[in-house]
Amino acid sequence: MTDPTALTLAEARDALVARKLSSLELTQAYLGAMERARGLNAYIVETPDQALDMARASDARIGKGEAGALEGLPIGVKDLYATKGVHTQACSHVLDGFKPTYESTVTAQLWRDGAVMLGKLNMDEFAMGSSNETSYYGPVASPWLPPNWSAAQGRAALAADKRGLLVPGGSSGGSASAVSARLCLAATASDTGGSIRQPAAFTGTCGIKPTYGRCSRYGMVAFASSLDQAGPIARNVRDAAIMLRSMAGHDPKDSTCYDAPVPDYEAAIGRSIKGFKIGVPREYRLDGMNPEIEKLWGQGVEWLRAAGADIVDISLPNTRHALPAYYIVAPAEASSNLARYDGVRYGLREPGNDIAELYEKTRAAGFGAEVRRRVMIGTYVLSAGYYDAYYVRAQKIRTLIKRDFETVFADGVDAILTPATPSAAFGIGEKGSADPVEMYLNDVFTVTVNMAGLPGLVAPAGLSAEGLPLGLQLIGRPFDEGTLFSLGAVMEQSAGRMSLPQPWWG
Amino acid sequence: MSVDQATVRRIAYLARIAVTDEEVPHLEGEINAILSFVEALGAVDVAGVEPMTSVIPMKLPLRADVVTDGEIESLVLANAPLAEDDFFLVPKVIE
Amino acid sequence: MSTQAQHSKFIQGATGDWEIIVGLEVHAQVTSRSKLFSGASTAFGAPPNSHVSLVDAAMPGMLPVINAECVAQAVRTGLGLKAKINLRSTFDRKNYFYPDLPQGYQISQYKSPIVGEGEIQVDLTPDHSIKVGIERLHLEQDAGKSLHDQSPTMSFVDLNRSGVALMEIVSRPDMRSADEAKAYVTKLRTILRYIGSCDGDMDKGNLRADVNVSVRRPGAPLGTRCEIKNVNSIRFIGQAIDVEARRQVAIIEDGGSIDQETRLFDPARGETRSLRSKEEAHDYRYFPDPDLLPLEFDAAFVAELEAHLPELPDAKKARFMADYGLSAYDSGILVAEKETADYYESAVSHGGVQRDAKAVANWIMGDLSAYANTQGLSVAQTEIDASSIATLVDLIGEGVISGKIAKDVLAIIIAEDRSADPRAIVETRGLKQVTDTGAIESAVDAIIAANPDKVAQAIAKPTLLGWFVGQVMKSTGGKANPQAVNDMLKRKLGV
Repeated sequence: MTDPTALTLAEARDALVARKLSSLELTQAYLGAMERARGLNAYIVETPDQALDMARASDARIGKGEAGALEGLPIGVKDLYATKGVHTQACSHVLDGFKPTYESTVTAQLWRDGAVMLGKLNMDEFAMGSSNETSYYGPVASPWLPPNWSAAQGRAALAADKRGLLVPGGSSGGSASAVSARLCLAATASDTGGSIRQPAAFTGTCGIKPTYGRCSRYGMVAFASSLDQAGPIARNVRDAAIMLRSMAGHDPKDSTCYDAPVPDYEAAIGRSIKGFKIGVPREYRLDGMNPEIEKLWGQGVEWLRAAGADIVDISLPNTRHALPAYYIVAPAEASSNLARYDGVRYGLREPGNDIAELYEKTRAAGFGAEVRRRVMIGTYVLSAGYYDAYYVRAQKIRTLIKRDFETVFADGVDAILTPATPSAAFGIGEKGSADPVEMYLNDVFTVTVNMAGLPGLVAPAGLSAEGLPLGLQLIGRPFDEGTLFSLGAVMEQSAGRMSLPQPWWG
Repeated sequence: MSVDQATVRRIAYLARIAVTDEEVPHLEGEINAILSFVEALGAVDVAGVEPMTSVIPMKLPLRADVVTDGEIESLVLANAPLAEDDFFLVPKVIE
Repeated sequence: MSTQAQHSKFIQGATGDWEIIVGLEVHAQVTSRSKLFSGASTAFGAPPNSHVSLVDAAMPGMLPVINAECVAQAVRTGLGLKAKINLRSTFDRKNYFYPDLPQGYQISQYKSPIVGEGEIQVDLTPDHSIKVGIERLHLEQDAGKSLHDQSPTMSFVDLNRSGVALMEIVSRPDMRSADEAKAYVTKLRTILRYIGSCDGDMDKGNLRADVNVSVRRPGAPLGTRCEIKNVNSIRFIGQAIDVEARRQVAIIEDGGSIDQETRLFDPARGETRSLRSKEEAHDYRYFPDPDLLPLEFDAAFVAELEAHLPELPDAKKARFMADYGLSAYDSGILVAEKETADYYESAVSHGGVQRDAKAVANWIMGDLSAYANTQGLSVAQTEIDASSIATLVDLIGEGVISGKIAKDVLAIIIAEDRSADPRAIVETRGLKQVTDTGAIESAVDAIIAANPDKVAQAIAKPTLLGWFVGQVMKSTGGKANPQAVNDMLKRKLGV
């Protein structure tokens, strides 16, 4: 057999069930690929022993005809998810040495369905970032070489400080890089303002942020509770659908988790989209928009129209307020969610003469610059005298943003097509060092979806003139992820299968 | 609105993050950049709009009053930087 | 209320009268098996950190799920306080750092509490009561405990209490003296215990109060208040108010002014002292907890709880007065503890017979309470069955024993066998009252014969008859019917 890591998740599943391949062989192939790709820094922890044990157990279950939906399929886990007995730090130094005694609901469901854990994936610290450069464990490189770079140039940069290589996006940069470089069949990711969809767009992969409440947040290190959602990054739309079905579902341990059955999302792939009403929001056509992105968007519209969808012009008038409002709500929640990292019960502890000094030194040493900044912004916007002007106002604007979407959905729109990112991937060290806001603008198309709690899917839609992947975003009605998978599959098919980069990294 | 250096120190204290004298001006600049980015929201007409409390229409689930947890001292203390006799230890707190 | 009564509450300063203004924030631990947002036990006295879940320890990714019973208890309590029940309330985070606050915030209800305005009637004397307004009642988490005396350099943190449900019950500043505040807390505690939403055990810290005190010239606008934190007995609440009011008066009369601040009451020194903390520590940055949704229920839920509320002390007191003809004072004492009231009613109607309600009340408030107090028990905890009190009252009523003998019988029951039947004791120990005229007559004759001088005196001065009665009772071992003895003496001596 040729390299088993070339198989998609669905293909690998079928090969395992047909006994053309064992989980052990597949897992070993991935462990080998991971070892060769360490330079990318996608994994911060590899768990080969656990992976091989799980693979053997899966092979035994397959042998007995007891295979689960993901039986024997090796996946990677974003470091945000608590994995029992295994390093879980949300890539922050403040959680130094933390090994949870519990498992997140999402990962527990993946293991229940037979998936094999390869290791923990790099991410922006506490999921705060859009380039995976804020990780305590260093930046992740995208497997996509910068335009006109040779493999040798790439390897040299990996061996040095990675500057000049492309970012995989963030915060789920490790997940996106690993999926794109075929270092796992799929990965868990999470999305607070675009952290699944932007990296998916940057790496030619498919990512979906489901409706808020679709997946349990239990055991996921919290960033901004009212915005955080779990979701997968996978090599294509079908694989993402298979992953989400296992990840999603009601959990009594999360009060915000929705109690409704999880449909068979894979069944939505290949379904006709004839007569679907697709909205194209005029407010997403920004001044000074990258013409390549605009062209791609138009292309997406044509693909859907050609498949029988009705395209309508829509208005989401409060769109431009979403990003600023997000940068009040998310830091506010984060400032409170991150208060528990105080050096008392787990994680890093810097000695202090008194408790106040212990707190201040621990948190100063434990949090990176971006986290410190957001915690301080969040603290400020909640503080006496500013709460109404900032936080309450932002939550009112959030109501307006959600209302915009409700209005168009009430008018019969089934889904909305937008760009995913303002540009293709940029270089490591290129953005945000002088002005944090420059980096924040990456989420301009994705953040509205979190603010309104809606599902959003990004599928690869083509390459830029320079040969870098670009994605388009589909936004759906609450809990109508199925429609997004149907539409995403059409788009993917129209665009032609994305060929992922060949390993130059080692 | 913008912050001055005294406010930066006050926020840092509220957030229990030690800041050095040389960090303060940088933080001041960065925080003000973000504040000016969100400044435009002040012009949005939000009269009569309810602030969002839950993004998905859901009722708060209630759990039955049953003891289902606890008696797991070893798990609770497993990651403690400093513990003794099943207590967490911190530098003496003086009231 | 008379001017006199009002005036008596003022405190005398060097420059004139001052009025004390008191408002209370009572923290009452909700009676529930598990915590407000986790499934760990609330039981008292467990080994350190054993009643702690990963949620209570604020491990990364842990989330709160609310306990239905705590919600019901808050609603029941609100109904007991005749308060507005809010069908929609929200949970907020109160952010501050402290080692026994693992999350770095307390989940509380700041903006929209579950219970709004209500009122408590507080009886100060049998014929004088005041109304104290309730501003709100909300649910919140308790913090853990830090022990400071285990080591010279370290504090020891135990999270067993972390996350236990509390009701914070906030009064209006409607009290004007330490006595009023003490009576308010006593009454509130009674209501909570009737409802069963808090056991009111102040020794265990299950009921404690933050006391807001200010002073003003009578009729003047409110002065600056100080908050005395965490006072854990009713007696200390009274003491703390008195010393704090005197402290404030002294400062103002000295030309100073009161700083709004948080203070601690030190019972050993009989003073309050400032909890000097940095000023910026008091920016709690409240905001709605995004891990929880608004708490919503319908009127039917409230009605169902209301239908199952027990009779509350005010109603019970009124009924005792009406049905049993008891005084306001007696009724008030009997209903102060629900168990005592139940005990009383059980005694009054034991065996399906209604007996002298006033006599039963006197026994319970008299000998039985006296004994219970010496043991630090409530009446209901004495293990003396209500039927025994009923039987004692019956025996007196039937003329079988005198009141004096009845007291002896109770003493025997207490000393020897709490489950003994009083009737059997009377029988086996021969305590029956002598009503046989022949036996009384011979006893009377014997005393008359032995004391001719006293006879002469008594004939001249009939008030001396009492001495003869006493002698006869003595010679019959207290068993003679005193009335019969009296009648016979009168007849024999011709007075």
